[in-house]
Amino acid sequence: MAATEQTTAPSPTSEVRDLVTRRVAQAYSAGFITDVESETIPIGLSEDVVRLISLRKNEPQWLLDWRLKAYRRWLKMDEPKWAHVNYEPIDYQSISYFSAPKSMKDRPKSLDEVDPKLLETYKKLGIPLREQEMLAGVVPQVAVDVVFDSVSVGTTFRKKLAEAGVIFCSISEAVHDHPEIVKKYLGSVVPFGDNYFAALNSAVFSDGSFVFIPKGVRCPMELSTYFRINERNTGQFERTLIVAEERSHVSYLEGCTAPQRDENQLHAAVVELVALDDAEIKYSTVQNWYPGDENGKGGIYNFVTKRGDCRGPRSKISWTQVETGSAITWKYPSCILRGDDSVGEFYSVALTHHRQQADTGTKMIHVGRNTRSTIVSKGIAAGHGQQSYRGLVRVLPSAHGARNHTQCDSLLIGDQCGAHTFPYTEIRNPTAILEHEATTSKIGDDQLFYCRSRGISEEDAVSMIVNGFCKQVFKELPMEFAVEAQKLLAVSLEGAVG
Amino acid sequence: MNEQTHMLDIDNLHAKVEDKDILKGLSLSLRPGEVHAIMGPNGSGKSTLAHVLAGREGYTVTQGGVKFRGQDLLAMEPEERAAAGVFLGFQYPVEIPGVTNLYFLKAALNAQRKSRGEKELDAADFLAYVKQRVKQMQMDPKMLHRGVNEGFSGGEKKRNEILQMLVLQPSMMILDETDSGLDIDALKVVADGINAMRGPTTATLLVTHYQRLLDHVQPDRVHVLADGRIVKSGGPELARELEEKGYAWLQPQKAA
Repeated sequence: MAATEQTTAPSPTSEVRDLVTRRVAQAYSAGFITDVESETIPIGLSEDVVRLISLRKNEPQWLLDWRLKAYRRWLKMDEPKWAHVNYEPIDYQSISYFSAPKSMKDRPKSLDEVDPKLLETYKKLGIPLREQEMLAGVVPQVAVDVVFDSVSVGTTFRKKLAEAGVIFCSISEAVHDHPEIVKKYLGSVVPFGDNYFAALNSAVFSDGSFVFIPKGVRCPMELSTYFRINERNTGQFERTLIVAEERSHVSYLEGCTAPQRDENQLHAAVVELVALDDAEIKYSTVQNWYPGDENGKGGIYNFVTKRGDCRGPRSKISWTQVETGSAITWKYPSCILRGDDSVGEFYSVALTHHRQQADTGTKMIHVGRNTRSTIVSKGIAAGHGQQSYRGLVRVLPSAHGARNHTQCDSLLIGDQCGAHTFPYTEIRNPTAILEHEATTSKIGDDQLFYCRSRGISEEDAVSMIVNGFCKQVFKELPMEFAVEAQKLLAVSLEGAVG
Repeated sequence: MNEQTHMLDIDNLHAKVEDKDILKGLSLSLRPGEVHAIMGPNGSGKSTLAHVLAGREGYTVTQGGVKFRGQDLLAMEPEERAAAGVFLGFQYPVEIPGVTNLYFLKAALNAQRKSRGEKELDAADFLAYVKQRVKQMQMDPKMLHRGVNEGFSGGEKKRNEILQMLVLQPSMMILDETDSGLDIDALKVVADGINAMRGPTTATLLVTHYQRLLDHVQPDRVHVLADGRIVKSGGPELARELEEKGYAWLQPQKAA
């Protein structure tokens, strides 16, 4: 059973239209290029390239075999066409599948040995890498793994985390240092043949983060990974794996940026989460990949598979995402609610401006008894942006007493944008209770005039109204990220509205 | 009359909405300290006047002008008018979901203060300031943490308009049908709020359909608006006369 509702923006209000036309493109502040010498393998994809990546990373045979199986599967698959997005066909032979700064070749032992130019990049982006500064309370304490193109540059606070038993490192290191865990869980949530982009990722994935929280441990600090694409004509294929053992708890954040370039770049990531009995994983994303210019030139194709497995009873996985970047977003962070009484949550703010397109949502698969899921999706479309919510709630016969609440709101700014809703439900247990609410509204003259008549400028009014609209999602973000997200939203809307 | 002593001076104002002429030569002056009431039948142009004064888009002034303390009011943006001290109490206040009243009031007050070159209030000072006024309006302080007018009843919305007025402390208040939708207790509270703002340096223009608000807020002058013009002016007794006789008897004087 599938229901489809489509809404296109009503005619523009004069004030909003003025605002849209008056403001021109806002500079993307993360759009700079770091001038480092990189070793980038020639463009193109073949078994040899898969072998080369594995060799460069000095991987064990089992992983190479896994990659090759994925590659062979990928060759037989077709790129999905069902998403409500339009783009020129991707030429997979024109992309380089591995690029690393030369200075990283000798594997610096700590961040102190890393090329200052790389560190400077993160400083410019405002990513705290200096543990001393954090310890001094200058910035909040967050452990960070930074991934530059295809390699992890370094991870902070490893010692402090190790004392708690928490493993936080790059997936490449984990393959060497903790092969038994990686082997057990890699591909156990998103199999290598799951979908076209997941298969591609499984074949060529370069780096990403690995988190392991042992039984009964509450991770002592926020963990985060910062992804940066720098090199031209490269794709980024990160792979993240988070395993939370019984009764453990972790909150993880990821952020992403890329330079401003005229060509499109592909980012096809896979994220797998595993929560065992009574464990809780909170995964937050602030995605700010380069969105392309106002005419739709350039920008990242963000084709991502994220899935969490609530494997144990009473486990909980919560996805929160703020998606403001990328030319195209294709992303459905999902939860498999396998354990009885497990809980899945999805909170999303997606903003499309200029020519950006987003087809995003979630899947909640209810398997266990009394499983509960909550979906709150807030889509904002401005300029010529296209915004689609696509969500599936599936209740299997085994899922007695399953409950879902879905709330899906769209906010339109101007008359050239569109918002679409594609909610799907598959209910195979009569005890399920599902609620679905959907609204579409636009920032109207009435609201703007009301604010202005109280002395608030047009721009501040728009930003206030949009933030109010997103509040339910922002409150799910860790405090320091919530502030970032609000700022990011305001910046992303500049040039569209305010 | 000497223009310098006027707070608001509306001179031969003509305005249209889309292609329809609504105001057709309206003249009216208020001095500091005065409260005037504008009454009139539906469709006479009362709300248009209120919106033109606050600067709403979509209304075109074709003739005449408005001076506020000697300044050309119509040349100012809505937010500039607010910072200069003009306040419009809306007939239909809008909802802004997710933006708390507290945040909204603080943003509004500080935006106005900033534009006047005054120091912005910090969170603690502001909270104390606003709580006092919430009490004055006999509202539940919890409303400060609810969205602006979100899920408010008609009466609560009107009370909230007066609360905003008390917080922003304007000098020229234009209240558009603030009495409609209020029960008798709420009407009293709203009237007390309006009276509290009365003083030698403020002026109020009450746009109303009924006499009942004027039982609680005694106007200095009452004007009858019909077909875009003032057709009759008088003292408070005029309002009572209108209550008894309705507006029909004034219609023939349209050309006056």
